[in-house]
Order: sequence, then C-alpha cells, then structure tokens
Amino acid sequence: MHAYTDKIREIARRLLSENRVDVVIGYRRGTVPFMNEPYLAKTPEQADRLHWDGFCGVNLANYLPRRTDRVGIVAKGCDSRNMVVQILENQIPRDHLYIIGAPCKGMLDRKKIAAELQGKEALTAEENDGKIQIQGKGFQVDLDRQAFLQENCAICIHRNPVIYDELAGDLVTEQMDVDRYADVRQVEAMTSEERWNHFDQLIHPCIRCYACRNACPQCYCPTCFVDESTPQWVGKTVDPTDTRTFHFLRAYHLAGRCTDCGACERACPVGIKVRQFTKKLEKDVLDLFGYEVGLSLEDRPPLDTFKPEDPESFIM
Amino acid sequence: MADWEPRIVAFLCNWCSYGGADLAGVSRLQYPANIRIIRVPCSGRINPKFILAALRHGVDGVWVSGCHPGDCHYIEGNYYARRKFGLLKGLLEHMGIEPGRIQFSWISSAEATKFAETARTVVDRVKAIGPARHFIKRQAEVA
Repeated sequence: MHAYTDKIREIARRLLSENRVDVVIGYRRGTVPFMNEPYLAKTPEQADRLHWDGFCGVNLANYLPRRTDRVGIVAKGCDSRNMVVQILENQIPRDHLYIIGAPCKGMLDRKKIAAELQGKEALTAEENDGKIQIQGKGFQVDLDRQAFLQENCAICIHRNPVIYDELAGDLVTEQMDVDRYADVRQVEAMTSEERWNHFDQLIHPCIRCYACRNACPQCYCPTCFVDESTPQWVGKTVDPTDTRTFHFLRAYHLAGRCTDCGACERACPVGIKVRQFTKKLEKDVLDLFGYEVGLSLEDRPPLDTFKPEDPESFIM
Repeated sequence: MADWEPRIVAFLCNWCSYGGADLAGVSRLQYPANIRIIRVPCSGRINPKFILAALRHGVDGVWVSGCHPGDCHYIEGNYYARRKFGLLKGLLEHMGIEPGRIQFSWISSAEATKFAETARTVVDRVKAIGPARHFIKRQAEVA
C-alpha cells in the first residue's frame, strides 16, 4: 500500500511540475479512519498529500463530466470503466485525461468494519498482507481483509484498469469463478407478489436524499428527472410509490451504463442495497446483448445501437 | 368485482399500429373497448417514463405496439425501442409487476385482423391478472 502511495505521489508530482496536467484527482487521508476523501492536487507540493489504501472506494470519475482542464486521475478498475462510458458519452475527451491506473484488490466496507467493532472507536487502520490492523483506545484488532470487502468488490471481475496512461503498481490477477448474479437469481425465483414485497422492504428506509444519484459518476444530467416539473414524472415525497418510481427510474437510467462500482451503495446513509436494481439490468444487458459496460472505447453503448436479430421473445 | 373492466393504455405508432386500429375500425372488426389509445410518432418515441406514468395513474395494463422490424418509418426507431423495452419489461417484472401487465406487439397498418386479435389477447391477459394494485400514486401530486 505504501508503495502505491509513493508511486502515485511521484507520478502526480511529475505531471504537475512538467505542466502535463492542471490538476491531479486522487485521495488523501480522511480526518477519521476508514474515510479517505477525494483530493484535487494542483501544485507539485500538494501531490505529497495524496494517499492510497483500502478505503479509497469513492469513485473519482464522478468529478470528470464537463471538466475543461487537463486532469490526471487515479483510477481503479471500476473507475476506469466509468471513464470509458463518460468518454463514449462525450462527457470528457480522452486526451484531457492522464489516467493513473491503480490495480485494485477490492475496497473495504467501512460499515462492515464498524459493525465488527461494535461501537468501539478506531483511531488508526493499517493494512498489511491481507490483514487490517485497527487500533483504538485500549484495543487492537486484526481483521481479515477479504472478509470486509465491499459487496461489489467481492464479486468484481475487472480489478485492473481498462484504460490507463501509467500504472501505480503491478497488474493484479482477476478473480475467476465468482458468481456475480446470485442475488438477482434469488429474486428471480420469487413470485411477483414476493418480489414486490422484497423491494418494498428493501427501499422502505429510503429518505429520498439522492445520495445514490449524486455519488454516481454516470448521473450527470443537467436536470434530473426527479427535478422535472412539467410534466412531473415522480413526486417529491417519501410516499412508497414515489420512492419506488425514483429507484426504478434511477436504475433504468443506468441500463447498459452501470459498472457496478458500488458508489451508490456506499453513499447510502440508511444502508439500502440499491445495487439490487442495477444488477438486474447489468445481467439482462449481458444476457440479451452480450455487452459488458466500459470495456471498450470502440463499441457503442447497448441502448445506442441495435442488431436486427436482437432477442424479441417478449413481443407478442 | 364481478363487473370490473380493465383500463388499458395503448401506445400505438402512428405509421403502423394506429393505422391498423383505424383499419380495424372501418372494417367493423369487433374488439374490446377497454383500450385507450395514445398515438405516438414511433415506438422509439415512447419514453419508459410514459409507461411508468400510466401505471402511476392506475391503469391496469399498458400495451405498446409498433412497426415490424425493418418497417420503421424512421428506418430504425423500432430497433432501438426493442432494446429499451426488453430491459424495461425485465426490470418491471423483476420488481414485482405481474408478467402480462405490460405487453408489446408489432402490427402493421394492413393487419387489422391482427390488431383486433391482439387487442383481445391483451385484454384477456390483463383480466386474468386482475386490477392493478402496485405502483399507483394514491396521494395528490404536490410540486
């Protein structure tokens, strides 16, 4: 982890001092453990504040749409796939980006760790050889890294950046034999009524804060459908129908665009598993159109193209 | 409940299915009167929000019909629509909307008989499922 941090700082310093980019977007240590924050380094000196460890889950691609300056940016596998989508959708030109690829071994879930600590306050967290060493006042615990990954990271099959200009570390081996859609199939096995109740339970705590939308690097519409008023597609209340409509449309807007980076889920203040919606679409896009999001700058996004022989068994 | 009749919104493409409905009318073909037609310029014009809006207003079924693949007036609108609707139907049914509530068909403007038949099938299927219970906005909208 330290090697990564050093390498990222070195690259950032070089890019900024050679005036190759105007800003390097990376992470710095947060004020509390488990919470690294995005950081925009604009001078070579500021580059030394950049940091890397297993708590860099925030998706930095969210800072890219409609930027006009030259950007150096740290990218994990999922972040780089989000950048591919943004490039395809003309949100940022490829030549404005200098992508510092960070092959990733999965990001840690702060909520899972906090639950494990049972209210004890951690002061430092360090990672070594697949262990997380957490220290606080009067206690120290070693946790197994693999058991505390974010859920989307545990089933990730694209840990290496898809596009990059330079790497901060060696490429990692991709996870094989992961079952990406176990939870989707579980819902598919239910009856309609059970499904309805399942999702009712799922979104019941929703307070309509839109954190999932704001954290998503693909949600960049100038006017979001939730803010449209003539016509008004969804009410602004926490009425169950409105909440359901919001979650449905948010997910549907990500059809063929979601990379399952987990930004929505980690941003949710009430812990709703919002990926349950987008993963169904991800599975369908793969099954119906054989498309995986963000792997190629050549292929058009699936809803922007068609094949005459597309499946149409659902049509009468 | 015995005298319940479903209300079904049909989004019909101006160039084919709407013409098919027209021909069915002038040919005096009989089909159930549960269908409220909304004419759209192309099946590709139909935003999934339209379908959700219909459900939120409490319709019992939604029927979308456009031109056969290859026959789109705008060359390829229905091909895009097909991809869109495949995912939309999948997600709606995944979330608990009964299969059959949302139906899609291709009907040309010459296929009046197919229009009447499909209309009967759509209505029968929705009747079999029963009145809509989900996704209905019951409180008044507030801005």
